[in-house]
Amino acid sequence: MVIIIGLSLKMKISAKIVSQIYYQILRIREIESRISKEYTEWKMRCPVHLSIGQESVAAPLSVLFKNKKYEVLSGHRAHAHYLGKGGNLFKLISEIMGKSTGCSGGRGGSMHLIDKDVGFLLSTAIVANSIPVAAGVALSKKIKKEKGLALVFFGDGAIEEGVFYETINFSIIKNLPIIFICENNKYSVYSNLDVRQPKNRKIHKMVEKIGIKSVFSNGLNAIEIYQKFLYAKNYVERKNKPIFLEINTYRYLEHCGPFDDDNLKYRPKKEIDFWKKNDPLTFLEKKYDKILNKKKINNYKNKISNEINLSFNKAKRSKYPKSSIKDKEIYA
Amino acid sequence: MPKFKYITYAEAINEALDLSLKKDPNLLCYGLGVSDPKEVFNTTKNLQKKYSSERVFDIPCSENALTGVGIGCAIKKCRVVMTHQRLDFSLLSLDQIINNASKFYYMFNKKIRVPITIRMIVGRGWGQGPTHSQSLQSIFSHIPGLKVVMPSNANDAKKLLISSIFDDNPVIYIEHRWLHEQKGRVEKGFTKKKISNANILKRGKDLTIVASSHMTTEAIIAGKILQKNNIAAEIIDLRSIKPLDFKKIEKSISKTKRLIILDSGFSFGSIANEIISSVHIRSYKLLKHQPIKISMPDCPVPTGFSLTKNFYPDYKRIIFECEKMFSKKISYEKNKNQLHDVPNKEYLGPF
Ligand SMILES: Cc1ncc(C[n+]2csc(CCOP(=O)(O)OP(=O)(O)O)c2C)c(N)n1
Ligand SMILES: [Mg+2]
Repeated sequence: MVIIIGLSLKMKISAKIVSQIYYQILRIREIESRISKEYTEWKMRCPVHLSIGQESVAAPLSVLFKNKKYEVLSGHRAHAHYLGKGGNLFKLISEIMGKSTGCSGGRGGSMHLIDKDVGFLLSTAIVANSIPVAAGVALSKKIKKEKGLALVFFGDGAIEEGVFYETINFSIIKNLPIIFICENNKYSVYSNLDVRQPKNRKIHKMVEKIGIKSVFSNGLNAIEIYQKFLYAKNYVERKNKPIFLEINTYRYLEHCGPFDDDNLKYRPKKEIDFWKKNDPLTFLEKKYDKILNKKKINNYKNKISNEINLSFNKAKRSKYPKSSIKDKEIYA
Repeated sequence: MPKFKYITYAEAINEALDLSLKKDPNLLCYGLGVSDPKEVFNTTKNLQKKYSSERVFDIPCSENALTGVGIGCAIKKCRVVMTHQRLDFSLLSLDQIINNASKFYYMFNKKIRVPITIRMIVGRGWGQGPTHSQSLQSIFSHIPGLKVVMPSNANDAKKLLISSIFDDNPVIYIEHRWLHEQKGRVEKGFTKKKISNANILKRGKDLTIVASSHMTTEAIIAGKILQKNNIAAEIIDLRSIKPLDFKKIEKSISKTKRLIILDSGFSFGSIANEIISSVHIRSYKLLKHQPIKISMPDCPVPTGFSLTKNFYPDYKRIIFECEKMFSKKISYEKNKNQLHDVPNKEYLGPF
């Protein structure tokens, strides 16, 4: 049987999917914004790397990869991926607040998230170091003949680490079921791509030359991102090969912390304005105004606001964990 | 003109880099964030402007490769000082440090020297957590061919950095994030400090306290409290972890007969262990009381506020141990209202 996987963007997109994607972007936006707002009460005492502006990269997880057989790994900027995958909100907020009810019992903080119940396997704080781990997860799936695939999210900075190339290479020779997702927001902390990589490089083109199927998605259009994810999923599941996805996107706030840092002027004002003007939410609202009417959006906002209030309040009321350094805490 | 000025640890590092870049036109200074708006907590402030982006530059997220590149420069007598904002990030380059830099001089029969300095900053507080706060001096000290220094104050920070840069061996230069804003009296000009000499910070006859880096701050607080309680502690700041100044320690305990060692590393295989074993091997009858080790527990550093509360040993632990050692109650005013996860009140937020 020959299966042809086309990549047509003219593919009909249902109202349901548009709504689902919009809802998830809005949800992640509202949650991250609340974290940003409440951070200055100084009760969330750990570094946070917020994904405001980058939500549409994570939103497709909630539609296409909900099933536990799809296993997600991420890096320091992981809230959106955790939430998109269906990770428990109360446990996320608890974790950031260092509470015993946190997904890692308060031991990990914002950068070390986990929700095995939904297939969010882990996130780590050292640039690029969850990339090979994800390939290992994919390899284990092959060995155990498990269904599904692995997905790993990382930034444009992560592809500068050697381990990225080593992992892509290995995943090609072993035909691993994995989607590598590079969230290209053009910056690593304050450093522009221009001081870190050749000017005008197209990351997906460079990666393709290593020998892996490679796809680019315009990050301004959340529906295109969804479609590229769908394509990637079909590709891996039908061809039993890995795939690389580059999505360009933009973070609105500072690299780490709750504020914007536009006063530092390391990013051109024009650039910031461009991305904010093309915000994924307004883009979808305009393009799909029939589907996303005012009433619907208000309903969504209310629903999300309730969810957030419940989770935050419950997290605030939760207890702090007691410390234990016993061997049984450290060795399995 | 006064020979000293009063500046912070970060400013002292900045000055050392500035003077070294001026002195040696082939010296390179690079690392993640070296020329970004925060300039590695101000330690690399204005250096790129002054010495050009050829010599002072930001790098890709490629710690391993850039360490190897630094070694390549160094063997060609182009000295390098590389910076990691957290010690933990340098772990990506262990192969270059341990299999190359530390080995070349011996392995090639002294035909190659590797004058590279690798700055590593130990993080602490505000949920730095398991992979942003490790103090792994014992790992680097374990490797023959590496020197390891851990300055505790601004003056040492400056002089030891200049010495590290102009040393012909690879030097691991370990800073502590909580020291960057501490002010101190710093000698002006291009001044060095021999790597190998410990420093006696306070003289005393009753007890020897050995410390390094930020633990020295705790030792000084404890030393003052003890003094008020008629216990004269001698405080030794190691400054250099490798080589280690055993002589000064031995000389001190042959007087005090009592030893407490503070170590910011994990307990197992720590520098404290090294000192205790050396004291016993060389002169096992010196001590009147068993040596006391105060170190980090053998447990990853947690992130959460409550979990770190009593995780880091501080001056109170020293006092507690002294009460047992001297069988007496030691009184002191407990510092209230101080949050345990910040070095000072002004410190808010992620870094
Ligand atoms: C090995 C390593 N080097 C440096 C850091 C510090 N650091 C944390 S996030 C980050 C930026 C990474 O940029 P990118 O991969 O593009 O992710 P983004 O923050 O843009 O999402 C850096 C340098 C780290 N955590 N690990
Ligand atoms: Mg980036």
